[in-house]
Amino acid sequence: MNRKPVFLYSCLCFGFAFFYVPILSMIFFSFNKSRLATVWGGFSIEWYGKLFANAQILKAALLSLEIALLSATLATILGTMAGLALSRFRRFRGRTLFSGFVTAPLIMPEVITGISMLMMFILMAEWIGWPGSRGFTTITLAHITFSMTYVTTVVQSRLSSMDVSIEEAAMDLGSRPWQVLKDITLPVISPAILSGWLLAFTISLDDVVISSFVSGPGTTTLPILIWSKVKLGVTPDINALAAIIVTVVAVCVAIAGVVMYRQEQRRERDVQMALRANN
Amino acid sequence: MASADTVSEAPDTAEPARRGGLSAWFNRNGWKQTVIAVPFTWLFLFFFIPFVIVIAMSIAVRTETSPPFSFVGEFPFVNTANTLRLFEDSLYIRAFLTSIWNASIATFLCLLIGYPMALGLTRVSKGWRNILLMLVVLPFWTSFLLRIYAWIGLMGANSWLNRLLTGIYNLVSPDAPLHHIQMMNTNFAVILVTVYCYLPFMVLPLYANLEKLDLTLNEAAMDLGSKPFQVFLDVTLPLSIPGIIAGGLLVFIPASGELVIPILVGTASDPMIGRVISDEFASARDWPMAATVAVALLVLLVGPTMLYNHFEARAQAAAEPKP
Repeated sequence: MNRKPVFLYSCLCFGFAFFYVPILSMIFFSFNKSRLATVWGGFSIEWYGKLFANAQILKAALLSLEIALLSATLATILGTMAGLALSRFRRFRGRTLFSGFVTAPLIMPEVITGISMLMMFILMAEWIGWPGSRGFTTITLAHITFSMTYVTTVVQSRLSSMDVSIEEAAMDLGSRPWQVLKDITLPVISPAILSGWLLAFTISLDDVVISSFVSGPGTTTLPILIWSKVKLGVTPDINALAAIIVTVVAVCVAIAGVVMYRQEQRRERDVQMALRANN
Repeated sequence: MASADTVSEAPDTAEPARRGGLSAWFNRNGWKQTVIAVPFTWLFLFFFIPFVIVIAMSIAVRTETSPPFSFVGEFPFVNTANTLRLFEDSLYIRAFLTSIWNASIATFLCLLIGYPMALGLTRVSKGWRNILLMLVVLPFWTSFLLRIYAWIGLMGANSWLNRLLTGIYNLVSPDAPLHHIQMMNTNFAVILVTVYCYLPFMVLPLYANLEKLDLTLNEAAMDLGSKPFQVFLDVTLPLSIPGIIAGGLLVFIPASGELVIPILVGTASDPMIGRVISDEFASARDWPMAATVAVALLVLLVGPTMLYNHFEARAQAAAEPKP
């Protein structure tokens, strides 16, 4: 029974090779001297230099970061409220419609979300004169709308697994709803809120379809810029950009993993200590 | 300890009655209404209204005005020409079939690659498992576009992968040697990149499902004389069907409406439905037709989505402790 499952292990190896060979190949060719992005012509880091000298890319990256920070923060506030509403209030008028609003954007194809929002913005501009031009505001509004439902999903699942009796105990001891929320519920679900924010941030930073529909001329986010460059073919500076993004993400994910692992260890140790103290 | 608590609590309980302002209002009655109304209003304005606009647009008529549509002036106020065109023009039916075909094949391949991976993940040691799970999620946090771009580099006529595959092909059949294998701008490329991008969505729900299975069942079956593969067919596979369905739909639903992958690596002669919607809207400036195709795609996705919700609800019910 304790034989090593050789077949499964080789499938794992194949799967991870499938995941990572394209990414590693892309990083490898970012150090390529040749202009042809896929033929090796010697080692060089000139593409990284060119990348950092490219004002257009830096401007687009900065715009993307601004939109992602703003939209993720607002999406987290709205999404957390929606999560609280759905999991703490079992009955209110329009609850079915509300939960439909929360799940539908998750399965809506991006192209339809993009077109429907663009149609609305154009009609609004026609009828009420706002938004006058499409760009930062319209992209941020669109990103908030479709990323808040991801936050809601994360927060809602944490809330439903949380022990409600703590909240009830606080209520019984005379806490007001606002105090319960501030002192108990929010601190308990704060890791879920944080991961919801990170999810919303990444989704916003990564979005190309919806952004390209609702953006106007002159507002180029990083994905829109990459999109227009990739359509023209493979270029070495995109390889360099990709290498930087993958490295940054890998470092962040590794740090988050280590921090979470440490916390888990400490929690287990605390539980052990508490149990021993009780005995 | 208890006495200290009561002392410190006394001023606290008295305070909210005296304190006015926002928090008092919040405590009196506002908090429930606020928490419900704010996100509800937001989703109503920025999700529901655009959605209604698309539905309404699908029964409008295309005009040369700006914005390029108007509604039929007389009874029954519904223009069915767009819907009829959907069935008459073979472009739309072909696009739908291509989308369903590509998404189905991609889902099947994801299952074929993802299932053994998920099962393998449940069999490695705990330390390795955390690292490997992180490696499954990692590509998801990097840019979607760059993952497609990585494959564009690999599939090009001059890439090392293409030359390697061409070399192998020419070794196997030396009669008709190829210069290179045409991978870019084919339907095969669309399926391959879709599998690559959506594989984590298959592995993670499958792993979550397989991880919960009781290994003692496998041991019991082995003790009773079943071969490992027989145990897999009779025990593991039937128990993992909820995970297969969840993962399959998480791949199928987004894959069928995919826009970026077919535009970057697919062919223009065999478009998928997402591209048709985008072209109708942006190139042909035919808003009503784009909306009609969009509504048709949504109708197509309703079935799989309801299936997904049904199985999710069942999985949730099964996860809750029995009384």
